[in-house]
Amino acid sequence: MRELRIITMREFFAYFATPLAYVFLVIFLAGAGAVTFFIGDFFSRRQADLFSFFSFVPWLFLVLIPAVGMRLWAEERKSGSIELLMTLPVTTGQAVGGKFLAAWLFTGIAVVLTFPLWISVNYLGDPDNGVILAGYVGTMLMAGALLALAGCLSALTRNQVIAFVVGTAASFLFMMSGLDLVLSVFKGWAPPYVIDMISALSFLTHFQTISQGLLHLPALVFFATMIIVCLFINIQIVELKKAG
Amino acid sequence: MTNLIEVDSVTKRFGAIIAVDDVSFTVRRGEVLGFLGPNGAGKSTTMRVITGYLPPTIGTARVCGQDIQTHPVEAKRKIGFLPEGAPLYGDMSVQGFLEFIARIRNLSGKHKKSRMDDVIERMGLAEVLFQRVETLSKGYKRRVGMAQAILHDPDVLILDEPTDGLDPNQKHHVRELIRDMGSDKAIIISTHILEEVDAVCTRALIIDRGTVVLDGTPGDLHARSRHHNAVVLRMKGDEANRAAKLLRAIPDVGSVEKLDAADGVSLLVVPREGKFVAEAVGAAVRENNIQVVEMHTEAGKLDEVFRQLTVGEEAA
Repeated sequence: MRELRIITMREFFAYFATPLAYVFLVIFLAGAGAVTFFIGDFFSRRQADLFSFFSFVPWLFLVLIPAVGMRLWAEERKSGSIELLMTLPVTTGQAVGGKFLAAWLFTGIAVVLTFPLWISVNYLGDPDNGVILAGYVGTMLMAGALLALAGCLSALTRNQVIAFVVGTAASFLFMMSGLDLVLSVFKGWAPPYVIDMISALSFLTHFQTISQGLLHLPALVFFATMIIVCLFINIQIVELKKAG
Repeated sequence: MTNLIEVDSVTKRFGAIIAVDDVSFTVRRGEVLGFLGPNGAGKSTTMRVITGYLPPTIGTARVCGQDIQTHPVEAKRKIGFLPEGAPLYGDMSVQGFLEFIARIRNLSGKHKKSRMDDVIERMGLAEVLFQRVETLSKGYKRRVGMAQAILHDPDVLILDEPTDGLDPNQKHHVRELIRDMGSDKAIIISTHILEEVDAVCTRALIIDRGTVVLDGTPGDLHARSRHHNAVVLRMKGDEANRAAKLLRAIPDVGSVEKLDAADGVSLLVVPREGKFVAEAVGAAVRENNIQVVEMHTEAGKLDEVFRQLTVGEEAA
């Protein structure tokens, strides 16, 4: 635990050592404001809720989360510092977990900084704060799953740009796998149970379930499982890659 | 237990390439082992296996009795490692980086402070403490890498080319440091600067194409040289031919070679099988009244031995 915490803190502060953290925070917050108020018709809906925010969060994450996750391992491999890290008295699991937690914590700060939206909606009306809380829980879970996925892909390459592009593409597939756009590729040749399985992997569907205020157990288990599986694969990739 | 490092028939393959082929050796407390070999001979790979970065294909390594494969974390606690090229976290300050290493190495309180102060002083990092690592010169980066490796005062130090990129003063300083620490630790340094072996090592190991080709003291290494115990005589040019003829007559002398020097001529008297001929040569010089300006015995040329043992490879 001690080692995990130390690695998490190092990685977390590493975000703020480069302009990345500030660029990310500004773009995320400006984006969140823009989609909520302009595209999401926050005012003309005349509803005291954050529906317009939560319905656009997945699309902001699609681009921004791979940007947070891309450096986790690619940078370490490129600079060679992975050799330093992996010869310190820490396990691969602690290194993978620490990096993931740091990225998640950082994303959490960005999400928490959207609180003016919550204040606005409470000032303007009388929203169901339980639903809003569920929406935030869903947002964090989805962010975690996307980050774990991005971390995995980052471990495969020493090039951050590749990690970003592949990360975005993979996030897109997982996000959209419940929609016809992705499913139609499989329809016609894959058996129905495969199609059901693919559509069950959709981040979007599970996220929407939660953000409607239903802390639906299968959806929570889904994201938790995604995170654990991705971290496990991440550990395997790091071990395999350093073995040569 | 005196063997702090045990490398037990380690083989490492990368696909079809055999980087390290059945290498075994041990390093005792108090030994400084110089790890020599041409580029690509398997030095770094062996060091990476010992430090637990690379798993060996066959065999294993033990550090302070802890198997690096079955007890990696316990073994890694005992090791200070400077990886090749001294990679660091460039986005941290020197202070922040050393704090991170201290914490992960479980140093705390007064002990941490005294260790930090000690390495900062020893490596001369006080003036760059608050600079970001990536803005430092190559020499400073190497020193931060060294500081990181010795911070927890480990029993085992593994340094991959510790003096690479340092200026002559810094080189001297790092060698002194290694010699100082050598008495109560087991140290492996890899280098392709052969003088470094004489300067700091108590033992040398030459590795070529993945196998150990020599394991001995620097003295053994010198003894392998054709020039071991050779005698060099400097004299005026007109004396040289007469002298060469007389010297060749000495029983243990193999050959006498003429080398042109700046003022006059040097004769290189090479003995048979490294035998000690200086006395006989001295006697011959006196008896025949040859005017000699200078006379000295050679210890042997390391680069020559190195080339002999690692033929066919690019000499380092």
